Amino acid sequence: MTVVELHGVTKTYGTGPAALTVLHDLDLGVEAGDYMAVVGPSGSGKSTLLHVMGALDRPSTGRVRFAGDDVTAMSDAALSRVRAVHLGFVFQQFFLLDGRSALENVADGLLYQGVRRPERLRRAREALDRVGLGARAGHTPTELSGGECQRVAVARALVHGPRVLLADEPTGNLDQASGAAVLDLFDTLHEEGATIVVVTHDEHIAGRLPRVVSMRDGRVEHDTCPVPPSSAGVTS
Amino acid sequence: MPGAAVVRRGDVVTRTEVGPPVARPRDRRPHGPDGPTVVRRMSAGDRLRLGARGLTVRKGRTALSALGVAIGITALVGVLGLSESSRADLQAQLDALGTNLLTVAPGQGVLGDDATLPDESVAMIARIPTVESAAAVRKVDATVRRNDLVPTSETSGIGVVAADLDLLRTVAATLREGRWLDDATSRYPAVVLGSTAARRLAIGSLDGGVDVWIGSRPFTVVGILDPVVLASELNEAAIIGTTVADAVSDEDLPPSGVYVRVDPDEVVATRALLGRTANPAAPDEVQVSRPSDALAAQDAATRSFTLLALGLGGVALLVGGVGIANVMVVSVLERRREIGVRRALGATRGSIGGQFLVESVLLSLLGGVAGALLGVALTWGYATAQGWAIVVPWRPVVAGLACSLVIGSLVGLYPAMRAARVPPTEALRTA
Repeated sequence: MTVVELHGVTKTYGTGPAALTVLHDLDLGVEAGDYMAVVGPSGSGKSTLLHVMGALDRPSTGRVRFAGDDVTAMSDAALSRVRAVHLGFVFQQFFLLDGRSALENVADGLLYQGVRRPERLRRAREALDRVGLGARAGHTPTELSGGECQRVAVARALVHGPRVLLADEPTGNLDQASGAAVLDLFDTLHEEGATIVVVTHDEHIAGRLPRVVSMRDGRVEHDTCPVPPSSAGVTS
Repeated sequence: MPGAAVVRRGDVVTRTEVGPPVARPRDRRPHGPDGPTVVRRMSAGDRLRLGARGLTVRKGRTALSALGVAIGITALVGVLGLSESSRADLQAQLDALGTNLLTVAPGQGVLGDDATLPDESVAMIARIPTVESAAAVRKVDATVRRNDLVPTSETSGIGVVAADLDLLRTVAATLREGRWLDDATSRYPAVVLGSTAARRLAIGSLDGGVDVWIGSRPFTVVGILDPVVLASELNEAAIIGTTVADAVSDEDLPPSGVYVRVDPDEVVATRALLGRTANPAAPDEVQVSRPSDALAAQDAATRSFTLLALGLGGVALLVGGVGIANVMVVSVLERRREIGVRRALGATRGSIGGQFLVESVLLSLLGGVAGALLGVALTWGYATAQGWAIVVPWRPVVAGLACSLVIGSLVGLYPAMRAARVPPTEALRTA
């Protein structure tokens, strides 16, 4: 089953002669259970691709579908709902709220789905257990190491059971050991069935993952495991 | 299929279905391959908690930005509370003194000469059925002195009047010391002093018998009045009996004023009758007035000061509101990243805007509550110091809190709109 489909996606910033096209007629599909890396030098368009794949931005032309729903024409509120339900984000700089416990931070991942607080906290505890930080639920980000913070962020990203986990340079702010721990966590989650997309410029990380999509100048230069066009095609 | 995908394509295996099964209420399940997506609105409690969280992060800033509104509300509640207390005090005073005292005085004749009241006017006024009591005072052309060494031209600002015995009851005066005149003492050289007159003559106590000189003879001071509120001219008077007054003065003494206590329900009607009754020959020359009106006028004057102070409080409130708007705009700029992350977590524009609006309302309300407490404390303290009845100014408190609520929502709108417009991609922007 294809969870994210990009079909003929172009993203252009600005208009007229100054217009900058960052993505060129891009086709990409993410299958359920995929564990993939999006790599490329800076300026290759991988951040923009992440925006589009993460329903944070709409393409200029083309179609994007999440679990079969076409989001191209969705309202901002509907797009927010897609993010709330289908997507989980892990950021390079963690973006946890200071002064709030790991548990509260993770529970925030459920806030915008209208899940009530006791249920949020219960599920946050489960998610922390999954990332191996159940014992540190009461600690604030300043009391946690960088690696632990990123694992809390991962717990926040998956607490609502998203279809896809999107990670933007998840090890970029971590030392070697902590970074490896986060990647090990991704491996485990993947073995449990999670769909994970890691955006990175680090070829070494990309090499670990089963599927690698290389970007260059706004196009997919190489895909080690392309989704067959039939499954990514537009069905109306 | 090439590649190393662990999960076979086409398998409906989502992550939530991996691991030990967890019982979840159906509607809370965010999605299902064959079920509709259910996203509920955030609860009011969550919205409040989220807004309050923003305030607890920067406590100093929160306190300072709430200060402006607090000052405004303090002024509002304090001023209204004080004026309410003072009005309650005045009302109590009026209730005690009654608003049914009227005074009848000779005005001026058509040529500007001083008119007089006919001698029979008191008796005629007393005959009006709605009049409860009437008492005349007559100016005596004499001065009061502490002893006979003081020249007779020295008045000390004290007037000598001859009064009917009913005067005390009619003006509701009370004695600080001694007795009021009676049938006997009004015929002999006895005098009752007004409170100011006693002070000017340096008479503190009547122990051992005290004399003053009126005209060319000593008078025994038999009583000293408490301050008379509704007939304050009596405070500066030395009051003697009518019979003895005739002996002091050579001439006839026409009434120079009549105090009239009337039926409280018939004040207006009786007032209209008094002029014609007192001087049927020249009703236009009679001045009828109601001393309690002066107190009411005094109250009206205080009220315009109250309005001024209220205006100042309003300005403080406005400035406080603008301060909150400022702080909130800065806060939105500082927290673009947080907004982006929240958008990525699924917050809609509405929930982001709502978060900042709630924050601004709470901030303003915080100032409002602090201001209201301070205002009540101020009212309480001042009223206690003045010996007034303590009136907790409920209405100003409620109005103040409502004001801060409205101001918080109004000034929060713009920052909330700015926050809502922060794009979700902000979360992923590399700083």
